Amino acid sequence: MSTNENDPFSILKDGDRGFERLTTQEEGDETEEVEETIEFELNGEDVTFDGDPEKPLLYVLRNDAELNGPKFGCGLAQCGSCDVIVDGETAISCVVTVDDVEGSEVTTTRGLGTRDDPHPVQEAFIDTQAAQCGYCIHGMVMEAVVLLEDNPDPSDDEIRDALADNLCRCGTHPEIMAAVRQAAEEMN
Amino acid sequence: MSDETRMSRRRFVQSSALAVAFSLGTSAKTTVATTQEELPGSLEDNPELDSWIVIRDERVTVYTGKVELGQGIKTSLVQISADELDVDVDRIDLITAETERTPDEGYTAGSQSMEDSGTAITYAAAEVRQILLEAAADELDAEADQLSVDDGTVTDGNGNETTYWEIATEEALAGEASADVEPKPADEKEIVGEAMSRIDVPGKVLGEPSYVQDLRDTADVRGGVTIRDLPEEEIDARDEHEAQELLHGRVVRPSGYEAELESVDDEAVLEMEGVREVVRDGNFLGVVAETEWQAIQAREELVDAAEWSVEETLPGRENLWEHLREDEVDETIAEDEGNAEDALEDAAETLEAEYRRPYQMHASIGPSCAVAEIVADDQERELNVWTHSQGVYPLREALIELFEDEQMDDVRCTHLEGSGCYGHNGADDVAGDAALLSDAVDGQPVRVQWMREDEHRWEPYGSAMIMEVQGGLDDDGTIVGWDYDVWSYPHSTRPPGQPLLGGRQRENGIELRENDPIPLPTGGGTRNSIPLYEFENTRVTHHFLPEPDVRVSALRALGGYANVFALESFVDELAAAADADPVEFRLDHLEDERGREVIETAADAADWGDRELDDDQGMGIGFAQYKNLSAYCAVVAEVTVDDDSGEVTVDRAVAADDSGEIVNPDGVRQQIWGGIIQSASWTLYEDVDFDEEGPLDDDWSDYPIMTFPDVPEVEVELVDRPGEPYLGTGETSQGPTAAAIANAVSDAVDARVRQLPITAERVEDAME
Repeated sequence: MSTNENDPFSILKDGDRGFERLTTQEEGDETEEVEETIEFELNGEDVTFDGDPEKPLLYVLRNDAELNGPKFGCGLAQCGSCDVIVDGETAISCVVTVDDVEGSEVTTTRGLGTRDDPHPVQEAFIDTQAAQCGYCIHGMVMEAVVLLEDNPDPSDDEIRDALADNLCRCGTHPEIMAAVRQAAEEMN
Repeated sequence: MSDETRMSRRRFVQSSALAVAFSLGTSAKTTVATTQEELPGSLEDNPELDSWIVIRDERVTVYTGKVELGQGIKTSLVQISADELDVDVDRIDLITAETERTPDEGYTAGSQSMEDSGTAITYAAAEVRQILLEAAADELDAEADQLSVDDGTVTDGNGNETTYWEIATEEALAGEASADVEPKPADEKEIVGEAMSRIDVPGKVLGEPSYVQDLRDTADVRGGVTIRDLPEEEIDARDEHEAQELLHGRVVRPSGYEAELESVDDEAVLEMEGVREVVRDGNFLGVVAETEWQAIQAREELVDAAEWSVEETLPGRENLWEHLREDEVDETIAEDEGNAEDALEDAAETLEAEYRRPYQMHASIGPSCAVAEIVADDQERELNVWTHSQGVYPLREALIELFEDEQMDDVRCTHLEGSGCYGHNGADDVAGDAALLSDAVDGQPVRVQWMREDEHRWEPYGSAMIMEVQGGLDDDGTIVGWDYDVWSYPHSTRPPGQPLLGGRQRENGIELRENDPIPLPTGGGTRNSIPLYEFENTRVTHHFLPEPDVRVSALRALGGYANVFALESFVDELAAAADADPVEFRLDHLEDERGREVIETAADAADWGDRELDDDQGMGIGFAQYKNLSAYCAVVAEVTVDDDSGEVTVDRAVAADDSGEIVNPDGVRQQIWGGIIQSASWTLYEDVDFDEEGPLDDDWSDYPIMTFPDVPEVEVELVDRPGEPYLGTGETSQGPTAAAIANAVSDAVDARVRQLPITAERVEDAME
């Protein structure tokens, strides 16, 4: 199925467009606006952002870097759909500005693994079918990765606490819990 | 698929009288003699075999008019197709709803996808396989019933073989379905009934483009085909448009439901970096910018720049229940068996109660999103829309209406996934918004995503409802009379029945149309209002309120959620009056064998009657056959009620489900678990607040939903019925869960909460 020619997204999947837009100048930025050059590491690559330093990281990731993982859910730091990892901690990318991550390491699911070589947490989420619509899943994966780095053998209550700020509306919580437990076992 | 194939498919569709090229009557073993009057599932409306299945280039393309909503329908349909055709699942390319290419199956709703599309594909695949076997028999000089198939390779057992790919011709597979070829018997199925990993999950977990939100270049996906599949001349013709960059739009909705846009001082907005256009058309207000962040910033400015005058048209939440009883009403008797009135008069004991369900949200995690563009040349204008609507064909109708005053020669809608919707949310409206904004920038592609407050305030909610019931017991504690009244606004205002929000808000906007109730047996406000139990005298009255003042439409399970909550709560109240065990009491009143089985199975699995509970804990059961004609589900809930605060925690929920023949047990389990958790959230927390002007809940702090720390342990026992019709699963556990929780709370604290949500305050009040 992965190479399905009829899949309207398959052409996007073929080539990783990478971060080309990040390293090029933003359009229409002649006057007025404060422009800054901000350097950070994104999924293992050094990238440069030229533009409004107050721009929330979410839109830099989604629109400049063309990453699909982090999602717009609320823009209010309430739902966790846009979570990413910044220097080993989860960060809510809809309220963190690109300026905030200057010099930092930013990780999204894309930086964790690929189809051929998924991260153990991604593998566990796929294995336990821990997604229905899947819109919240990127944030869940991010939280799980950070949790397991801090606490390789979390109890169920600790998993629940770690994911307490991440909303899921489909009711996939049991599968997500199972995914985190399985990943913990794999990683230990 | 190339355009050539599309053309030829259409041609064959047009000449629908074309006979199937091979006789079907020769293989007596696998055919039935009589022609069915009505074709099964969606074949009835879409009988052409090649509108469902096309075999080409060693691939099998299966078309469905249904869409993936996170319920796993894609995976189940791939399983069905692969199994029935005897090909590997990897060989199936499944195309979901597009107006250009797939059958019109209306909406993906009502837990109907397996019944409609699953059934159609099953029969179409069985027939295609038979046609191919007949062709192979000719080629191999063998009898069709002696042949076997493995991943499309047909063998006669004597070393001779051919393949589907060699023998399949467009002509052979272009006829109308007869449905005379019986699908495989259950014991011959190898893929159906087995757990299969969802085909859409890896991409979602790996951050690959999976949603309409991820669409960045419409040239990639225009017209439902990837650009590389198009003939060169068409690519050239589209070159000019291809170069057009995706713009980003946002809308500014009025601060109340009925509002007039008095003025907009948009000068400052137009000067903002990247802003292309401020669109003002009557009360429709939006902005288009080059980047998403620019559009969001511009929208914020525009919110401040707009002056609205808002009418006070709503009752406000505190007056809701009075208002429901006073509003204009269309009254019908939904059920009248025996004589409920006399029976209640003669009963040894009668009880009465009123139950209430407030407005509740779909509350998708991702706000609704769509991409639209208008491709035009000298002669023609075509609107292309990518949408997570539940119905691409109905949306197409609504978009045609939106542009009825200007030239629009074609409208194409292609489904791409969005955030889970659980019914009719903002998906269709945002598609209209994107189309209007694209129109304002000469058709350039525009992606619009609603902001959180747009979704919370403007999605159509699940209707508030009142359920009033009287019941009578005889001396033996048997229910002999039942009189039930339900008040409800409509449960579907989907387009094109009602206009899109943008269409209403434009200058000379499209007027709202009259709402009709969804008729029984499925029903809207009446869904599951008629007890499945054997009460001798039953009356059910539907007080349909046709003119909603709060925006309402289909929310998962429609009226079934509140009706099952009320009905099954009241059955428990009567059981208590009769001093009977709730499970035994239900079984005493129920003859339906499949219903009895799920009740018994759930009770057993939950250790009903034997489980040790703390003093502050309680156990309750709820049961329903969804719509009284689909899946059977019983849920046993175990709750803890905090002595001091009255706060309810659901500790555990154990369900039993009979959805007919199971295609993917993992999928059924996930739907039941998810349904229980979502319903528990509705039941304990959710209640839309609104004043005289409009809804007041802007975000998740105003309208909280269940989070990880409060999610119960869930279990489900699956009752499989191989060979029985698919009954669907998505909405079956919503109602039983609500009742099970209410009954468990009553068991824990000996006090009954009859108004949803079951908040700590209401528990405390009930205990006093």
